[in-house]
Amino acid sequence: MAGEAAPVDVPAPRIGVLAIQGSFREHCGSLRKCGLPAEHAVEVRTPDQLQGLHGLIIPGGESTTMANVATRNGLLPALKDFSASGKPVWGTCAGLIFLADRALGQKKGGQALLGGLNVTVHRNFFGSQVNSFETELPTPKELQKLGGEDDPTFRAIFIRAPAIVEKGPSVDVLAQIDLPEGTTTSTADENGQEINKVIIAVRQDQLLATAFHPELTADTRWHSLFLRMVTENRDKADAAAAEGSSMSSRAREAPASSIRPADLPIFKEAEKLDYLK
Amino acid sequence: MAGDSLANGANGHVDQAKDAKAPTKNSYAVKVGLAQMLKGGVIMDVVDVEQARIAEEAGAVAVMALERVPADIRREGGVARMSDPTMIKEIKQAVTIPVMAKARIGHFVEAQILEAIGIDYIDESEVLTPADDTHHINKHNFKLPFVCGCRDLGEALRRIAEGAAMIRTKGEAGTGNVVEAVRHVRSTLGEIRKLQTMDDDELYVYAKEIRAPIDLVRQCKELGRLPVVNFAAGGVATPADAALMMQMGCDGVFVGSGIFKSGDPAKRARAIVEAVAHYNDPKVLMEVSCDLGEAMVGINLEDKRVTRMAARSE
Repeated sequence: MAGEAAPVDVPAPRIGVLAIQGSFREHCGSLRKCGLPAEHAVEVRTPDQLQGLHGLIIPGGESTTMANVATRNGLLPALKDFSASGKPVWGTCAGLIFLADRALGQKKGGQALLGGLNVTVHRNFFGSQVNSFETELPTPKELQKLGGEDDPTFRAIFIRAPAIVEKGPSVDVLAQIDLPEGTTTSTADENGQEINKVIIAVRQDQLLATAFHPELTADTRWHSLFLRMVTENRDKADAAAAEGSSMSSRAREAPASSIRPADLPIFKEAEKLDYLK
Repeated sequence: MAGDSLANGANGHVDQAKDAKAPTKNSYAVKVGLAQMLKGGVIMDVVDVEQARIAEEAGAVAVMALERVPADIRREGGVARMSDPTMIKEIKQAVTIPVMAKARIGHFVEAQILEAIGIDYIDESEVLTPADDTHHINKHNFKLPFVCGCRDLGEALRRIAEGAAMIRTKGEAGTGNVVEAVRHVRSTLGEIRKLQTMDDDELYVYAKEIRAPIDLVRQCKELGRLPVVNFAAGGVATPADAALMMQMGCDGVFVGSGIFKSGDPAKRARAIVEAVAHYNDPKVLMEVSCDLGEAMVGINLEDKRVTRMAARSE
């Protein structure tokens, strides 16, 4: 099953992207680049739009905004149910905070979290925007054989990013990063051991979480990894139910305005637009 | 990065970290990236810690710290400057969401001070009294990303050429009147739609006419949009105004005086956040528009005596 392309006659899985705010259109774009039909990348704003989905992505953005809006329209319990049902969920940046069981550095009064991922995240671990950065990190073994030319590194963009400062035993670490100079390390020191690396990507069963933004790069390997998690999980579950659900839950929104421009390009793709070279 | 040339800065997505293993700070991708994380959200003007907390609780994606909201700047007149850093620092400590602050147009020292505070975004804003009536700040010289106002495509591209990583329409701040914001969104996005139908041979003269760099004009044609995130601002006062901006094709909304000059700021702030998240859902828009109390007093822009902040720079 693993590593093998899905047979052609099996319908593609339907993947939801929480579309309250943030980089949801970038995620939809990356999923399409992985070969997912456009109508199978579903923007989720209301509880009923979760029906018939095989996996869910919680994008980057402001986790407090997402939590606020999701709480007010009853989406939060539906998201919890979705996650608890054992279907794959992937959080990037704000999505990682949303999935975490414990978060440090929250706003006064705390914020609603989806939970489920047995980690402690530190919100804005790397500091404010002045400390945002991009870097190349060694490709974890989970990402190998997922297309591309088996690049030994992957590009990671950190924007006011969180980090995982503590994890439970069932959580697998996919990627770590050297602590940048000038980073507040006070929380990392609490573990009582000398730590000069901090965790930035993890997997716990069907939950995937990254502190950086694969949706802002042209590298589709992280999305391929998630697609494979979703496909494998769906195959394990009832395949018949999956087929029958293909027509359920259409968005109840008015048709999108035809004058809405396209979304921003994925980085690197735009290089071909550099006419001055 | 110091040599962030026009080509790099403008195209933005040139991969500067390709060969380097060391982290690259403040690349254009990182600057634009934060704006991408704000998309679909509302950025609210706040003048103190209490308002900043209300904005955060309502679900704002960022707050804009300033001394007086535009409506008060209009009423009181005088010279409007960058806010006291103490106040900005207090707001930064009070909230976890990104904090923006305004510098006067062309006042690069105010921008240096804002960068030293460690906020997240600088708004080079026509709402403050311009310090330089000819030149804008060379924004490539800064680690922090900038947002700038525009009324049309040429103005937007001139700001991007100077290094702006995010664009907002100017609208007419502090009026509670959305007509100018609509005009500027129509103008900017309409010109991009026209551009897409042009022959490549025609772009040179078009770039000259709109006074924009040719490479950025080409890039807009290719992308069918601005190469950076594009918010609406200036006169948004109701949830319907905010959703109008979103349906017209903006990526998010700035709300200045519209919230804290209204009868029930907390409720209106929440309603506008909901309206931007569900901008295509008339039922939600109807629900959140109910019982909001008094909106801010609007200013009729047909009155020629009203100061046009949008015309302060080009």
